[in-house]
Amino acid sequence: MKRIIYSEIKGRSPQFYALAAILLVFVLTALASAFYMEHSGHYVTGMNNQVVWGMPHVFAIFLIVAASGALNVASIGTVFGKTIYKPLGRLSGLLAIALLLGGLVVLVLDLGRPDRLIVAMTNYNLKSIFTWNIFLYVGFMVIVAAYLWLQMERRMNRFAKSAGMLAFLWRLILTTGTGSIFGFLVAREAYDSAIMAPLFIAMSFSFGLAVYILVLLAACRGSERDIGDKVVNKLGRLLGIFAALVLYFTAIQHLTNLYAAEHIGVEKFILLDGGIYTLLFWVGQVIVGGIIPMVLVFRASGDVSRNAILASTLVIIGGFAQVYVIVIGGQAYPLELFPGMEVSSSFNDGVIASYAPSLPEIGLGLGGVALTGLITLFGMKLLRFLPASLANATIDPHHSVTAKSS
Amino acid sequence: MSIKTEKSTPTPGFDPVRRKFLSAVAAAAGVALAPGVMLYGITKSNSAAARVSGSAVSSNVRWGMLIDLNRCDSGCDDCVTACSKENGLQGHGRPATDAQWIRKVDVTNPQTGASQSLPMMCQHCADPPCVDVCPTGASFKRADGIVLVNKHTCIGCRYCMMACPYKARSFIHESLEDQKPHAPRGKGTVESCTLCVHRVDAGGQPACVEACSDTGGGAMLFGDLKDPDSEISQRVAKYATQQIRADLGLDPGVRYRNL
Repeated sequence: MKRIIYSEIKGRSPQFYALAAILLVFVLTALASAFYMEHSGHYVTGMNNQVVWGMPHVFAIFLIVAASGALNVASIGTVFGKTIYKPLGRLSGLLAIALLLGGLVVLVLDLGRPDRLIVAMTNYNLKSIFTWNIFLYVGFMVIVAAYLWLQMERRMNRFAKSAGMLAFLWRLILTTGTGSIFGFLVAREAYDSAIMAPLFIAMSFSFGLAVYILVLLAACRGSERDIGDKVVNKLGRLLGIFAALVLYFTAIQHLTNLYAAEHIGVEKFILLDGGIYTLLFWVGQVIVGGIIPMVLVFRASGDVSRNAILASTLVIIGGFAQVYVIVIGGQAYPLELFPGMEVSSSFNDGVIASYAPSLPEIGLGLGGVALTGLITLFGMKLLRFLPASLANATIDPHHSVTAKSS
Repeated sequence: MSIKTEKSTPTPGFDPVRRKFLSAVAAAAGVALAPGVMLYGITKSNSAAARVSGSAVSSNVRWGMLIDLNRCDSGCDDCVTACSKENGLQGHGRPATDAQWIRKVDVTNPQTGASQSLPMMCQHCADPPCVDVCPTGASFKRADGIVLVNKHTCIGCRYCMMACPYKARSFIHESLEDQKPHAPRGKGTVESCTLCVHRVDAGGQPACVEACSDTGGGAMLFGDLKDPDSEISQRVAKYATQQIRADLGLDPGVRYRNL
């Protein structure tokens, strides 16, 4: 393989500044939304005492899960030694940090008391998986930053593999932690399952790679760099495998629940008569986010890049649908206070809770996405994250061998 | 030498400024201490169970409640009204976000149609999931079994609300006015039944229990589950009682009879 040369993106075109300005507007809108929600109180949102985690959590969880997944591209290069992935590693690390920061900002600004962040950073209950996650998130950023430095500083390259291994193990534990936030909820019918951890890991593989593919292709096109079909095809097919993995874990999750009579109620709700949640599950997650992307990357002919972009976009849409069904759908289904009995009260016991996301919540969530975009954009402008070329001949040893011999 | 002798000799007169200052200090100290002494006296005289102000909560006590559903009328919500009044809970006409520390739940068996009504509130579990999941330790259980939220360290993440099997907690969705000094609350934090800890510490009973015995059916009994001589312990030993979602193994301090 030829030596890979990395370079900053120029970032001086009107398009660059226009994109940065749009992202900034979204970030400012998010800050205004958060201020409005904190100032008025959360009654102005769609959240209530039944659905306590709303749209901001959907965005935050998607971004945090995608963050650990975005790092996979780097791991495949360094830990598993796949040469073709090596040039892609730096952007993978940058995107991982950017996604995590975007998600965490949304999560923090949705707290009842975001001003008490310092309390969360100084008072720990080590029995709480939330506390563990605080350590895991902070540790992830430190480790990935170090990993990036070791990759970028030529003299330190020899340590990059060890750092990559640590980062890979750390990200598996991190996503296990995120999934276990739900898995450890013993009283909620929709959660309370060890499968939440591996399911979230599969989701992270899929969502993270989808975001990575889109950012990589956009960055290459925006900065007029060559990107060959080989690398896009490879990433696209990998995305197909990850999408299948998500469907597999989802199927096992629901089949196991369906086998137990006590869980029939919640399964019927999600799979059959849950209205928006049923629709989002079947159409959003399974068809749009699972089956169609798989068909696109494995079966469809035509432009490889176009198929990869479409598949990635659909995986992201399906991913949001899936997280929405897990987070909101899981809360909308009432707690079983008296299994087998019908209950009613002034506090919405026994009824499906209603939730409609409000504009400030959506604004806050989109701001997290925009912040991820801004960090990535300026990261690429300031440092050499992006290879100067990803043309087939540059990245693929066999391609160059064939080219030489011919 | 002569100076030293002069100093050691007591002066025949006195310093009026100094005396005035000392009297003022003594008076201020008296005023500051009096309520404490008074409170000590009151609590001591009211009940042997009252906790002496400033002393640690004892794990020799486990506060609990026994609710007899045969005496709980489905139309009666005196406990709910009393709780709201005692703790200054005001509705804002928004049932989905208004706080409820105690509520009446109607339970119907769909196969037989048999129906019951019961009050539901924080069950003050021995192994509370809300305490386990709280990242900052704001959710905590006192040694005497009362589960509370520290309003100074709650960050409003609402994970405890996700974890509570009883839906006992409310998030404060708006600014508050006219708070009760003994039941501080705060916008953006989570709260739930405190078992009227301010009354219990003073040797009294929760407001709901008092209201139930005064104007309701007398269904609620409050007491120390660890004291074998207490009425609640004796009744729990004598009659079959249930804990809600006992399958979860949380050992709630609130027990129900005739459920």
